Amino acid sequence: MKRALNLIALAVLLAAPAAARMKTLNGAGATFPYPIYSKWFDEYHTVKPDLQINYQSIGSGGGIRQITERTVDFGATDGPMTNQQQFKVDGKILHIPTVLGAVVPAYNLKGVEDLKLSGQVLADIFLGRITRWTDPSIAKLNAGAALPDAAITVVHRSDGSGTTYCFVDYLAKASAEWKKKVGVATAVNWPVGLGGKGNEGVAGLVKQTPNALGYVELIYAKQNDIAYASVQNKAGKFVKASIPSVTAAAAGAAMPKDYRVSITDAAGEAAYPISTFTWLLIYEKNPADKGEALRDFLRWMLKDGQTMAGALGYAPLPDSVKAMVAKTIESIK
Amino acid sequence: MTAERAGDRLFRMSVAGFAGVVPLAAAALAWQLARESASTWKTFGPAFLWTLTWDPVADVFGALPFLYGTAVSSLLALLIAVPLGVGAAVFLTELAPKRLADLLMFAVELLAAVPSVILGLMGIFILVPLMRALGSPYGVGMLTAGLILAFMVLPYITAITREVLLTVPRPLKEAMYALGATRWEVVRAVSLPFSRSGIVGAVFLSLGRALGETMAVTMVIGNTPRISAALHDPGYSMAAVIANELAEAASDAHLSALVAIGLTLMAVTIVVNGAARLLLYRLEARG
Repeated sequence: MKRALNLIALAVLLAAPAAARMKTLNGAGATFPYPIYSKWFDEYHTVKPDLQINYQSIGSGGGIRQITERTVDFGATDGPMTNQQQFKVDGKILHIPTVLGAVVPAYNLKGVEDLKLSGQVLADIFLGRITRWTDPSIAKLNAGAALPDAAITVVHRSDGSGTTYCFVDYLAKASAEWKKKVGVATAVNWPVGLGGKGNEGVAGLVKQTPNALGYVELIYAKQNDIAYASVQNKAGKFVKASIPSVTAAAAGAAMPKDYRVSITDAAGEAAYPISTFTWLLIYEKNPADKGEALRDFLRWMLKDGQTMAGALGYAPLPDSVKAMVAKTIESIK
Repeated sequence: MTAERAGDRLFRMSVAGFAGVVPLAAAALAWQLARESASTWKTFGPAFLWTLTWDPVADVFGALPFLYGTAVSSLLALLIAVPLGVGAAVFLTELAPKRLADLLMFAVELLAAVPSVILGLMGIFILVPLMRALGSPYGVGMLTAGLILAFMVLPYITAITREVLLTVPRPLKEAMYALGATRWEVVRAVSLPFSRSGIVGAVFLSLGRALGETMAVTMVIGNTPRISAALHDPGYSMAAVIANELAEAASDAHLSALVAIGLTLMAVTIVVNGAARLLLYRLEARG
């Protein structure tokens, strides 16, 4: 017994210095960029073996709450913090854009290859004003398409999500009625439709239900071979979501100093209108050694990290934004 | 001698401590839920329980659609599973040859061990398309949720009912047979009345499980906070809305409202369990 205790004590003594040498950064937040973040933290660990970055994808709301309470070293969110949320923070939190993503209207219509939709029509469908595929406003955008004479089964996310935030943010810009009646948040009071849990829940319902229309992340629709519609952008062009068209949307937006910008309904001929940045949330002033570690990681993220985005279905930051972010990183202490 | 007495005392005190952890944990849970949801109760008062709107953008919250969904889906499950489970148990104890009964019991226990998320997947891939083929407009909805829950509680009802049926004294049954009673008459007049309180216990245990089930329900109920008389229409349940919205609840009011739903769910289960106790007590008193 005594010997066992001695052994344990010895093990603790030996392990303690090793643990002290290993630095860690803890983060929590958005689920949408989780695949690219986990790839980054993995790769970065091979570059800097003495730093371990842990990330919990608990959702944007949780990320904002945890960074506000300083229980993590960085947060992550798909929707920028509101003024009211920032007001509660003791200190200054910076939004650092990392990559971009898109949300696509996924549909299940037999024999319709390239469905075209406008923001107004999408909003009216999700408001329950347009209920059938043969509605004149849909037919007008899709001359020649064999639209079924059937009711539209609307599918939305049942869980709070950055994907929903991006989608309804766009609907609110396209339709004054949406803005007034429903509004913008990670979870809203949907006027019509079924709720599916997660991208997979919505995709499952859309795939199974004939004549359904829902929304999922671009990368999810691509991986699962789900048909998705082109959306009419501000310039009047019908654009299908892709990495170039999402980057075009980011390039078309005027970037404010604090990076809190919505790029839905962006200007530009090639811009895809339902696109969004995703951000890391980092305090301007950090405990001594953590600030340096964060700065180093962010520099690497801007240079090497960006090249990994495309393969995972995210759009990299446009050059103009990269230049701005590079300056902001140096202000982190 | 004294050493043993000290040891006894230590043992008694430590196990009493263990037993005390249970009510303490329950009380701490209730207190924490009440504290975290205080702002919701202050804003909406008891009207929270009968308000129909759930609007996280406008910060207007009401629990009624979720209360309704939880109650209706659970009752539907019992409506389906109780006759099935009791019938199956009667077959297993009174009619089936022993080998077949053992084999079937093994299957029942296997069904009880299936994790609920697997049942939910089965719901999405088999039950939902089937319901749509049978004429349900969406496939998902209140009835589908009730069916999945029925699947989930069926093994409990069957296994417990079988256990209590096995305790019916043989002489009672043999006396009935000696009087010329048929199997059905024996089951109806002896076996079932004798096991009444055990069956009621099984039903309430199942109800408890159905009320709190989260994963399988949210996968097939449609997740729409609306009350509709049609069972094919989508609904929502209390456990499902907490699981769905807690991670992304950004505003304090939203978070507090979700915790308030949690407190309501806890109160509902306590009331159900209390009712079960009362009913069992009365049944036993009547003999």
